[in-house]
Amino acid sequence: MNSSIIVFPGSNCDRDMQVALEKLQFKNTMVWHKDSVLPKSDLIVIPGGFSYGDYLRSGAIASKSNILKEVIKLANTGVPILGVCNGFQILIETGLLKGALLRNRSLKFISTDVFLKVENTENKFCSKLKKNQVIKLNIAHNEGNYFTDKEHLKEIENNGLVAFRYCDANGTVSEKTNINGSINSIAGIFNSNKNILGMMPHPERMINKDIHGDDGLSIFLSLIS
Amino acid sequence: MIISLVVTLKKSVLDPQGKTIQSTLNNMGYKSLSNLRQGKYFTIELNETDKSKAENIVKEMCEKLLVNQVIEDYKIDSIK
Repeated sequence: MNSSIIVFPGSNCDRDMQVALEKLQFKNTMVWHKDSVLPKSDLIVIPGGFSYGDYLRSGAIASKSNILKEVIKLANTGVPILGVCNGFQILIETGLLKGALLRNRSLKFISTDVFLKVENTENKFCSKLKKNQVIKLNIAHNEGNYFTDKEHLKEIENNGLVAFRYCDANGTVSEKTNINGSINSIAGIFNSNKNILGMMPHPERMINKDIHGDDGLSIFLSLIS
Repeated sequence: MIISLVVTLKKSVLDPQGKTIQSTLNNMGYKSLSNLRQGKYFTIELNETDKSKAENIVKEMCEKLLVNQVIEDYKIDSIK
């Protein structure tokens, strides 16, 4: 399996992502945002960070870069695209995923572990997970408060396009566990073809049992199977 | 031409920054303050002499980059 990680000025989770992918034998290439050719990829990852210093809106400037034109083309042919944190924000700004990521309800940057309820497993990213399973990942963001209009919310809720929700250790979803104020506690969503996943939590930070947990591995294992 | 552009959050979108500024002003004694929302202001200089052309260019810039229309509205404040 070949993977490509897109790197922008200000990306800072690209190396962690590479470690995670290489642990599962992906042959990974780092692709600079100014490049206009993507190597043959079975998976494209847009990593976390602060591309362009979050100028204008998080992800807005990166979404107009040279390489994103290629990513959009491939996304529309069905290549799996994973956007984590700033990567999710960038995917939103390209229009590949709909909605917006607003400032956290608390107005604070939040860096902490969170529990997530797996909402859909009939997709390339979560096939190794079980529906309603609770996994622990880490978040670190200032703008992760997912918002979308009523129509689109209905569409994603009715069509199984919500990937994860913030919950407690028992899988209970409530406003108390809705860490950043996201609509319906949404932590990650798919596009309608489910080949694009955008999520605020970082699976690449949980790949080793001895270093804080390995719940993130199951997402990469799903992709390789 | 110089175009002034104001971008604000839609009314249906919660503006936590605006709310925080509002409650601070309330605490400072501005009791008559009933609502406050914050936004962004852009000054755009174009090498263009036709007013309606300039307006169309700025509208396109808004739709393509400057504004996320899911959460934001924009208004051209002035064209000089």
